[in-house]
Amino acid sequence: MLSVDIRHATGDFALEVAFTAPPTGVTALFGPSGAGKSTVLNAVAGLLRPQGGRIALGGETLFDAATRVLVPAHRRRIGVVFQEGRLFPHLSVRDNLLFGRRRSPDARSGPAIGPVVDLLGLGGLLGRSPVTLSGGERQRVALGRALLMRPRWLLLDEPLSALDMARRAEILPYLERLRDQSNVPMLLVSHAIDEVARLADRVVLLDAGRVEADGTVAEVFSRLDLAHLTGQFEAGAVLHAVVAGHDPAYGLTRLTVDGGTVTLPGLDLPVGSAVRLRVRSRDVMLATVEPQGVSANTILSVTVAAVKTDGAVAYVRLALGGQHLVSRITRLSADRLALAPGQPVYAVIKAVTVDR
Amino acid sequence: MLTPVEIEALLLSLRIALVAVACALPIATAVALLLARVDFPGKAVVDGIVHLPLVLPPVVMGYLLLITFGTRGPVGGWLHDVFGIRFVFSWTGAALAAAVVTFPFQVRAIRLAIEAIDPGLAKAAATLGAGPVDRFLSITLPLALPGVLAGAITAFAASLGEFGAIITFVSNIPGETRTLPLAIYTAIQSPGGEAAAARLAGLSVALALAGLILSEWAARRVRRLMGR
Repeated sequence: MLSVDIRHATGDFALEVAFTAPPTGVTALFGPSGAGKSTVLNAVAGLLRPQGGRIALGGETLFDAATRVLVPAHRRRIGVVFQEGRLFPHLSVRDNLLFGRRRSPDARSGPAIGPVVDLLGLGGLLGRSPVTLSGGERQRVALGRALLMRPRWLLLDEPLSALDMARRAEILPYLERLRDQSNVPMLLVSHAIDEVARLADRVVLLDAGRVEADGTVAEVFSRLDLAHLTGQFEAGAVLHAVVAGHDPAYGLTRLTVDGGTVTLPGLDLPVGSAVRLRVRSRDVMLATVEPQGVSANTILSVTVAAVKTDGAVAYVRLALGGQHLVSRITRLSADRLALAPGQPVYAVIKAVTVDR
Repeated sequence: MLTPVEIEALLLSLRIALVAVACALPIATAVALLLARVDFPGKAVVDGIVHLPLVLPPVVMGYLLLITFGTRGPVGGWLHDVFGIRFVFSWTGAALAAAVVTFPFQVRAIRLAIEAIDPGLAKAAATLGAGPVDRFLSITLPLALPGVLAGAITAFAASLGEFGAIITFVSNIPGETRTLPLAIYTAIQSPGGEAAAARLAGLSVALALAGLILSEWAARRVRRLMGR
């Protein structure tokens, strides 16, 4: 377990953050730019000395202001993937990959270069100079380099933000494979909600140097009181779904979620695969009677859990079995339908708007 | 073509320049690293002292060396009493003078090269398990190598040409401190020495040109080695 409880002030910005991250899966530090995410990451990596507090990994204290403990970065064995990759320009891709492994005390028990090269698709790049790589290739090499040092924890500092949309789409599947196959716990710093929704299991929501919320991705992103932080346009809830079947004639995939079926454009996954879906609040339409003659294929029977109005807009939290969806509608619609907690309604979702 | 005396002056110049650069280079690298990467009180003063030889007249440098490193100077006297090392009227003194006068060239070139390196690279190396010395040797130094090389070659060429500080500090002794510029000066001063002066001047031009070409070639080679 990684436990962080630190204070740090620079200029008129004061950071006071405490959270713990479980030793499995991906924990995201999510929040707007300037929330203090990178400060926290640098403190955990040992690249910044906080003014106060304590950081511990497993049973080991990495930093403690009270007892003046500060383990230097090179003895922490915490891997970092930086925003800009930071590959060493004078070394080949292979020597970059092996840089940390050669300095790791028990590298032999860690992953060998072969499987990591395969996992990240680096086979053709080994002899190249990092200067000749594309942005996406560079980030893959940076991931491999951090992984090969056999880190106790892997920190990802906005690993995709320096890339364009196409490159991000290229790297995301590698990050997912890393999460599913490497067994290394990760701390992902990001301000992109789609990245967090897709990769993270838990979210620590930071704003102006403080923790605003801490919980599973599904919990945090469906909370109405956090809508101002989880974003207006891109905000949405995360649903856990299982692939139930494919419809090759129409190129569609049916997925079951608690108490319903969602139909999506075809996913290339075997039946039984677990998938996370991100349903944006603005793409969820509500009806008090079961709609007839609509184009949308996904109509879920849900219960209103809460309504929160904000000017002309209303956020409606919907219970779907044990999971939650959020719908963003106008306050006028909410009043017109007289939405109230406990009321059964139908949520209509257009298949093509759902991100997996 | 060259007389034995002239060959002697040439070899002496090369030896003095080589020793001067070799001894000053590690110190210049350390000072450059300090100035480029560490913030400490009094940095401006250290920076000023390092650059002083660049703006002071060489004769003043020679005079300062004489009163400091002379056998009755505070440092020179101690070195002489304890170790029996004597700089005045000796080729080692000429090397010391050349090293001090050309020190700023080395520091400047190396410092610029270190400042051009992204400090994030050393941080990345730290997270990968490299300690401070390891980071310097495996990241900073190789990336600064073109600058180190350029500084060393510039300092070498400048050492070959140093006149004022050497003649003031260690005088003009044939075979001991009479380097090429001092030999040219002596030849011009003596009747009938014009031909010798011309030959030595030509030699100096050839040496300087060779230095420039070598420097360019080395820089290109290092850049290629580093894949840029």
